[in-house]
Amino acid sequence: MAAKASRAAFGEALLELAARDPRIVTLDADLSKSTMTAKFAKTYPERGFNLGIAESNMVGVGAGLALTGKIPFVCSFACFVAGRFETIRISVAYTNANVKIVGTHAGIAIGEDGYSQMGLEDIAGLRALPNVTIIQPADELETKQAVAYAVEHQGPVYLRLTRQNLEPVCPADYRFQLGRWLTLRPGTDVTLIASGGPVFNALEAARKLEADGISAEVINAASIKPLDEDTLVRSASKTKHVVTVEDHSIHGGLGGAVAETLAEVLPTPLKRLGVTGFGESGDPKGLYAKHGLDPGGLASSVKKFLNR
Amino acid sequence: MADAKLEAIARACRVQIIRMLTHAGSGHPGGSLSVIDILTTIVFGRLRHDPQRPDWADRDRIVLSKGHAVPALYTTLARAGYFPESQLITLRKLGSPLQGHPDRVALPGIEAATGSLGQGLSIALGMALGLKLAGSPARVYCILGDGEVQEGQVWEAAMSAPKLGQPQHPVDNLTVIVDYNKIQLDDFVAKILDLEPLVAKWQAFGWPVQEIDGHDLAQIDKALDQAEANRGRPSLIVAHTVKGKGVSFMENNPEWHGKSPKPEEAVAAIREILGVSEAAWPDYLKTDATTCALVDELRALDKK
Repeated sequence: MAAKASRAAFGEALLELAARDPRIVTLDADLSKSTMTAKFAKTYPERGFNLGIAESNMVGVGAGLALTGKIPFVCSFACFVAGRFETIRISVAYTNANVKIVGTHAGIAIGEDGYSQMGLEDIAGLRALPNVTIIQPADELETKQAVAYAVEHQGPVYLRLTRQNLEPVCPADYRFQLGRWLTLRPGTDVTLIASGGPVFNALEAARKLEADGISAEVINAASIKPLDEDTLVRSASKTKHVVTVEDHSIHGGLGGAVAETLAEVLPTPLKRLGVTGFGESGDPKGLYAKHGLDPGGLASSVKKFLNR
Repeated sequence: MADAKLEAIARACRVQIIRMLTHAGSGHPGGSLSVIDILTTIVFGRLRHDPQRPDWADRDRIVLSKGHAVPALYTTLARAGYFPESQLITLRKLGSPLQGHPDRVALPGIEAATGSLGQGLSIALGMALGLKLAGSPARVYCILGDGEVQEGQVWEAAMSAPKLGQPQHPVDNLTVIVDYNKIQLDDFVAKILDLEPLVAKWQAFGWPVQEIDGHDLAQIDKALDQAEANRGRPSLIVAHTVKGKGVSFMENNPEWHGKSPKPEEAVAAIREILGVSEAAWPDYLKTDATTCALVDELRALDKK
């Protein structure tokens, strides 16, 4: 499989699933060309709705459609849709409406558009809401399975997707399961738990660390809520050192979720890698290097964490 | 249903609103009393529903976007048979499905969680579209508060609704009613953030608008008929109402937006709702055992 953006994989998966499930509809707020639902709306003009640049109304209309038996995919940039927190909180979460919220353009990896377009705190907000499941796939295969899962899942789902292409990381026989993480590479000295865009870089970092005699276990954490406590605890008790890697604020995202769980269940030295402060404009590679999310930056942060 | 019968129901609902709020010790009498005639006309005059099958796919739906007036909705749901009337006094109590603001998951008959203002119209719009897509004959009634119309999301939905689903699935199955009682929590709406010209605003957004007296059951019913007859677009009814309607000391008084009556105030309110003078009240109670028991029930709250 070639590298593909998870938003592109999402658009393809939706088109495929919609052919056999008439309940699926899409809602967009003037970004359907970017969220990759434009083709769906063109193929099924009676099932693709563009609500204009009015995300709160889009979320609420999605809730209403869900309450009549439709399965609405409510799509925008992660920051714009998750920013309608109060509407998601009441109209979707508290109502337990079967809405699938799709946030694309996650993280600093979107590059040149700069901070205002970057989803960097979306998981932190939505993770606090009861009833809301959060999934962040790491490659095309996993995205397509996650979309299929979201259709079957009863209740609100937040699907966090990337603008940038993602190298394949999951094996061909991989099957997504909610609450189950995938160990991509076994190791004994440190556990790297990564999610979404930077998973491939975490693997690359592990290869660099191996050259320096450090055995890193790499786990792909697509299921952010619920997280996979069994896999987390098993790996942490083996390596005694945990590092989280995400293109999101280190506050309240994957790192926050792992920190909360470890602190309660198995206190373990932890380093959260991700974004601190605001993002900025720049080329995506340069931004990843600046924020230490490139393979070299990840590897050196891990070494520093391990005092090696 | 004849107006006299509906009027009797609305009166009984008003009594229950006062009763449940007094038991709760908190809540919103003003907006509940202003909206009850509208709710009564919808629920007992035209709603196609089945309390035994609250999830019936083709049922008409009510989205009470001004969720703080939910005591009014609870009284109609109880009377319609969704739950026993005796449960009304569990309002706002720990463990009760009668939450302070509507909770769809907790109570069958509630169509949407509301109370965080500005969200109900979008939900109602989505429902109306979903029903149209499914070929259902069901209607959706959405009730907005006037203060609520200050919320931006209301105008997002207002701009969207006349266009959504066009041309095959226009949401002409959606009737929206503004309970225009002129008062919000802090003060008069005109003083906080005036909505005027309200009718012109909605018209400019593409809505056919009717203006009525929201306490005249015949006018409400006629307007709902007209809204149902409008094709190709959703309809708006601006219902001019009186906050606290039916209780003189609550009427048009911002203080009664969000405060529950004390037992003696509740008794006075019930007497006024029943249209009995102070002088005639002792004799009246001798002839109406139910009300007499209710008065005793409320006065007993003072001793608790």
